[in-house]
Amino acid sequence: MSAIKVENISKSFGKVKALDHISFEVERGELFGLIGPDGAGKTTLFRLLTTLLNPDEGRAEVDGFDIVKDYHAIRERVGYMPGQFSLYQDLTVEENLNFFAALFGVKVEDSYDLIAPIYHQIEPFKKRRAGKLSGGMKQKLALSCALIHRPSVLFLDEPTTGVDAVSRSEFWDMLEDIKQRGITVLVSTPYMDEASRCDRVALCNEGRILGIDTPTDIVAKYDSSLYSVRADNMYQLLLATRKATGVAECYPFGETHHLIADAKFDIEQFKGELADIKGLYIEPAEPTIEDMFIKLMKQ
Amino acid sequence: MSDYIISIRELTKCFGDFTAVNRISFDVKRGEIFGFLGANGAGKTTAMRMLCGLSFPTSGSGTVAGFDVMREGEQIKRHIGYMSQRFSLYNDLTVWENIRLFAGIYGLSKAETAVRATEALKRLNFTSERNTLVGSLPLGWKQKLSFAVATIHRPEVVFLDEPTGGVDPITRRQFWEMIYEAANSGTTIFVTTHYMDEAEYCTRVSIMVDGEVRALDTPARLKEQFAAESMDEVFRILARGAKRGG
Repeated sequence: MSAIKVENISKSFGKVKALDHISFEVERGELFGLIGPDGAGKTTLFRLLTTLLNPDEGRAEVDGFDIVKDYHAIRERVGYMPGQFSLYQDLTVEENLNFFAALFGVKVEDSYDLIAPIYHQIEPFKKRRAGKLSGGMKQKLALSCALIHRPSVLFLDEPTTGVDAVSRSEFWDMLEDIKQRGITVLVSTPYMDEASRCDRVALCNEGRILGIDTPTDIVAKYDSSLYSVRADNMYQLLLATRKATGVAECYPFGETHHLIADAKFDIEQFKGELADIKGLYIEPAEPTIEDMFIKLMKQ
Repeated sequence: MSDYIISIRELTKCFGDFTAVNRISFDVKRGEIFGFLGANGAGKTTAMRMLCGLSFPTSGSGTVAGFDVMREGEQIKRHIGYMSQRFSLYNDLTVWENIRLFAGIYGLSKAETAVRATEALKRLNFTSERNTLVGSLPLGWKQKLSFAVATIHRPEVVFLDEPTGGVDPITRRQFWEMIYEAANSGTTIFVTTHYMDEAEYCTRVSIMVDGEVRALDTPARLKEQFAAESMDEVFRILARGAKRGG
């Protein structure tokens, strides 16, 4: 039995189709990522799976329970960390934790082993009001509260948005640890580079899923011929490359630009056409998840 | 005219006994894309508020767009552009009304406003959306419009605070092309971001840790200095030593 099973789900808000016939399954114990920008429908999907909304069409199961019929059973066995900080700002760290334990009818001590690696880091501040914590500490408290009843499935909606690169990477280490303890994790993120931390990912955009696979296999399916180009003046290079023969597309990609070549492309001819660009350098490039996302968005 | 649009020395901001920004000094050249990076809690926002004339430094000295950061906050506000990730535009005003409002705030005359607004709409391919409510525009369009509004008075320097958060990869790149274009025509860009690939698009990058500027150079030289493959790695090396929690 899958931990999450989504079958042909749609949900609209007025004229806006937030989710448009979405289907996917998450295996037990998987760390599954929903990767996509704002407006992809990630939050709506979380709200459906945590039984806070009902779908217009389709059905879904969490841990074998139907999200509409069996909402009570689901609420007992899932943990949910929404994108917006939603703990009580005027309760202390400790009070928040005790409150969520009481809601689920468990004792903090009984789950302490599970939350300890995370909670340890904020325990020195347990008498501080949640509203007075830094962003990173709030996040750790929210995660501790979401885990307090030992959920079988954990839902995390954009936990790393607006967080710096180092803290983001530490957060993914925590998720890895939670996964090791047998908890299924569904996590969303707008950062494409975080896909590599997931077992499998669904690339989402505007209410649709563009592709589902392991991070390695998503990239392996990329079938265009891709090059990196560099020059002293990158903006000038971008404009010139787009006009060159056999260039289907060229877009900025970190320290280089990525060039997608079509059948008419020839490296020597390209270098010749761009002879007056200073410091020109071109080499074949390995595609990334982001290249694939861009390609799928354009199809 | 000085070569530097921003020039600060030993700029410091304390809140009570907490030193949020500790004696930062740097110069930003005209026409540069200057990346302003830092871990959460490093003091970026506080530093940026001082540079934008929103907060007076506790000590130090410097100028932004030719005005004194210690005394001329009001003048600075009038002469710079500023765009934040959220709250830049009014959702219940139309595209045209938003442009007119901000042009008015920046003191443009009616005639000037009409000319520049028409020009901006044309450049963005927005002419047909002139009477659309901003709230109903896709996020990517809103961001482009925000940028146009933030630069409607043709400031010499524009501050962008995480302008691309949550945007899809295609729109994010279109936004950076706008930045390139503006910089190419002489506008200085001062930008914060959490996307490390965007740090590579900057002419120079500074990285703040625990209230101090710990590194400042071109992306290429920073990578050399820290023997790192990417800006992501440079950032990690510096931010890992941070004492302040994010």
